[in-house]
Amino acid sequence: MDPVDIGLWGVPLAILGGAIRVSTPFIFVSLGECLTERSGRINLGLEGTLVFGAMSGYAMAYETGSPFIGVLAAAVAGMLFGLFHGWICKFEGVNDIAVGIAMMLFGMGLAFFLGKPYIQPVAPDLPAIGFGWWSDIPQVRAALQVNVLFIAGGILALVMAWMFRSTRVGLVVRVVGDSTDAARAIGLNPDVVRLLATGAGGALAGVGGAYLSLYYPGSWSEGISSGQGLMAVALVIFARWNPINCFWAALLFGGAGALGPALQSVGVSEGYYLFFAAPYVLTLGLLILTSSPDRAMQGAPLALSLTK
Amino acid sequence: MTGRKPRGAITVEAVHMTMKFGDFTALDDVSIKIRAGSFHALLGENGAGKSTLVKCIMGFYHATSGEMLVEGFDAQMTDPKAAQELGLGMVYQHFTLVPSLTGAENLVISRADVPAVIDWRAERARLDAFMQTMPFSVPLDQPVSRMAAGEKQKLEIVKQLYLGNRFLILDEPTSVLTPAEADEVLGYVRAMTRAGEITVLMITHKFREVTAFADEVSILRRGQYVGGGKVGEISIEEMSRAMMGAAPEVSERNRAETVKTPVLTLKGVKAVDSSGLKTIEIDAVTLHSGEILGIAGISGNGQMELMEILTGQRRLTGGEIRLNGQPFGMTRAEARAHKLRYLPEEPLRNACAPRMSVAENLAFRMFDEGPGGRSAFWKDGRAIARNATALIEAFKVKTASPAARIASLSGGNVQRAVLGRELSGEVDALIVSNPCFGLDFSAVSAIRDRLIEARNTGTAILLISEDLDEIMELSDRILVMSEGRVSFETPIETANVTELGQHMAGHG
Repeated sequence: MDPVDIGLWGVPLAILGGAIRVSTPFIFVSLGECLTERSGRINLGLEGTLVFGAMSGYAMAYETGSPFIGVLAAAVAGMLFGLFHGWICKFEGVNDIAVGIAMMLFGMGLAFFLGKPYIQPVAPDLPAIGFGWWSDIPQVRAALQVNVLFIAGGILALVMAWMFRSTRVGLVVRVVGDSTDAARAIGLNPDVVRLLATGAGGALAGVGGAYLSLYYPGSWSEGISSGQGLMAVALVIFARWNPINCFWAALLFGGAGALGPALQSVGVSEGYYLFFAAPYVLTLGLLILTSSPDRAMQGAPLALSLTK
Repeated sequence: MTGRKPRGAITVEAVHMTMKFGDFTALDDVSIKIRAGSFHALLGENGAGKSTLVKCIMGFYHATSGEMLVEGFDAQMTDPKAAQELGLGMVYQHFTLVPSLTGAENLVISRADVPAVIDWRAERARLDAFMQTMPFSVPLDQPVSRMAAGEKQKLEIVKQLYLGNRFLILDEPTSVLTPAEADEVLGYVRAMTRAGEITVLMITHKFREVTAFADEVSILRRGQYVGGGKVGEISIEEMSRAMMGAAPEVSERNRAETVKTPVLTLKGVKAVDSSGLKTIEIDAVTLHSGEILGIAGISGNGQMELMEILTGQRRLTGGEIRLNGQPFGMTRAEARAHKLRYLPEEPLRNACAPRMSVAENLAFRMFDEGPGGRSAFWKDGRAIARNATALIEAFKVKTASPAARIASLSGGNVQRAVLGRELSGEVDALIVSNPCFGLDFSAVSAIRDRLIEARNTGTAILLISEDLDEIMELSDRILVMSEGRVSFETPIETANVTELGQHMAGHG
């Protein structure tokens, strides 16, 4: 099918398609970070987990021929990273932020070291579902090629919101994140809860990484991540620790990230690199706009070292 | 909730309890019996061993010797869970509720058998049915962080009953409540003991609560059981003599005639409260020299914000504050020039650097001041040490050494240390908030003496306090704050507690 000229309509369409494509890793990493932070701990190492997940997912998909086994492998690798972070932070006097930075560098370094042989080979991609069948316009069809992980991420956000509200696990995580003392008084072990929450958060970040190497951009290289793991931390704060908000915020970031390429596609080349910075400018702008010198941050888990 | 737990009140007995920490004997052969359905008060000064005793009962400490009987049977309190399984529960002075969870969520999560998936509709129906049997109502849909102190206290008690506990230990339950709230809560608790539903052991300092609500009383002093019996058969004098060792010295506080000139004026002051939802508006308040202006109010009605405005911790959104006729921007330089000092509440958090030494903390007003009031560049270690020694002695601060971290001191000693620092040198104006919160009898009396003394020498004192008795005892003039506004003003001569209480509760 030949491309049809749809003029400036191409821009919003490209942004929509780009938002869905670019936001998926943000959704997973931010949901993972949301879960971890709700338990009262920050894992800044998710950037490293993400890169390692991208590498291990790509490698396993290549070796087995199945992208889903790749995703699973990335989740397991991410979980191990998360558990390691959680285990170190259990010790007295260990700062979770410092450990997170160390884990970030460790994860990236290890991924580059182990991933060298996988830069050349081609691994199978994750499938996408075409929601544009009703349209004859190829651009619409292309924009509505929604990958399965995006859909899974959306469902996961809903499930996590429900979990925080209506399940024992969810309430336990919130109690631990809010007050270590209250958690102990109820008979919970905050260290174990945080360990598991960090592990689960790491697994989700690993899946986000697998998306990068197995769908978009769809290959493994050392420059695969452009800081999604770190941005997700800011995103969680902006989303006020609410999983549903995390989903929308990720979509917004994805849309901002797609702004540059979309404008480029209709021939705007002026200030083109500036548009690539849009997600970062957006992060700064939103954090400044939503902060207040008078109000305490709403919704912040009280045991978090950010809010202490 | 669980089948094993008894339905009605239970008898708990501690027999020959002794608890030693190294060489120190915190509890020395204490035996008390709390009969089923009784309201038992445990009196004693700070450090008398009350907390040690209840911690042994609840299984937090393992008593060095002695035993516990529950319903006449030997009970091994190896850990708090064992106590809970026998139906023993404790309401702490510091709330153990989870702030961001709602009342309902707090109740459900505290249960031992929380289902994996919570069916909120069914839970709510059950909770509502349970609340029908409770004497007081608690907002279940609000996050705890938005509740008033009284509501939290009630929720804590409700939680224990919801857990099926039939023996409750209340640790100074009224310290954060207004007199009316305290009477309400204790009245209900007593009604439940009378009905034979629960047994209560209440730790307290306040004789009034003992005589008005308790059936029996036990008094501890220095780890020993020094007296007790049925309330009504034992007089207040006997109780206080047992508690203090001798009759308490009622200090003679003479109020000198003072010259009253305006020092601090607030006009149309506006600010946003900590939740960002409500505003604080103070139309006109003037503090004069040589007077104590008391600000009464239930906690959470804007007093904390007022204190934060005056210390510069909270931004003004409107109005102006003048100090000695000049605009006041709450800076350290201005406060120093006008000799304005502060004693905020929770001084360890708001007025100290917790990890720095006592000497350094005591030097916060003078370390950067050289001879002749000029600013100093070099630190003068000897002057800091002299200052520390003098203040520690003058204000009877109990510390291992001036070099000890201030966070290692007890609450009363931190309070005295900060008060000493703030009252050193010439002080023209002093703003204090809950200066005696959580302190024992003798510390309270010493701090109040200091305040009156400062007033008599012409210092203007703004006293923000949630303790109405303290306001009545110290103030020359009383303002009531309610919902972020000053709702009532009266000189001490015409003040009466009932009227103040009504204004505090918001219906004047």
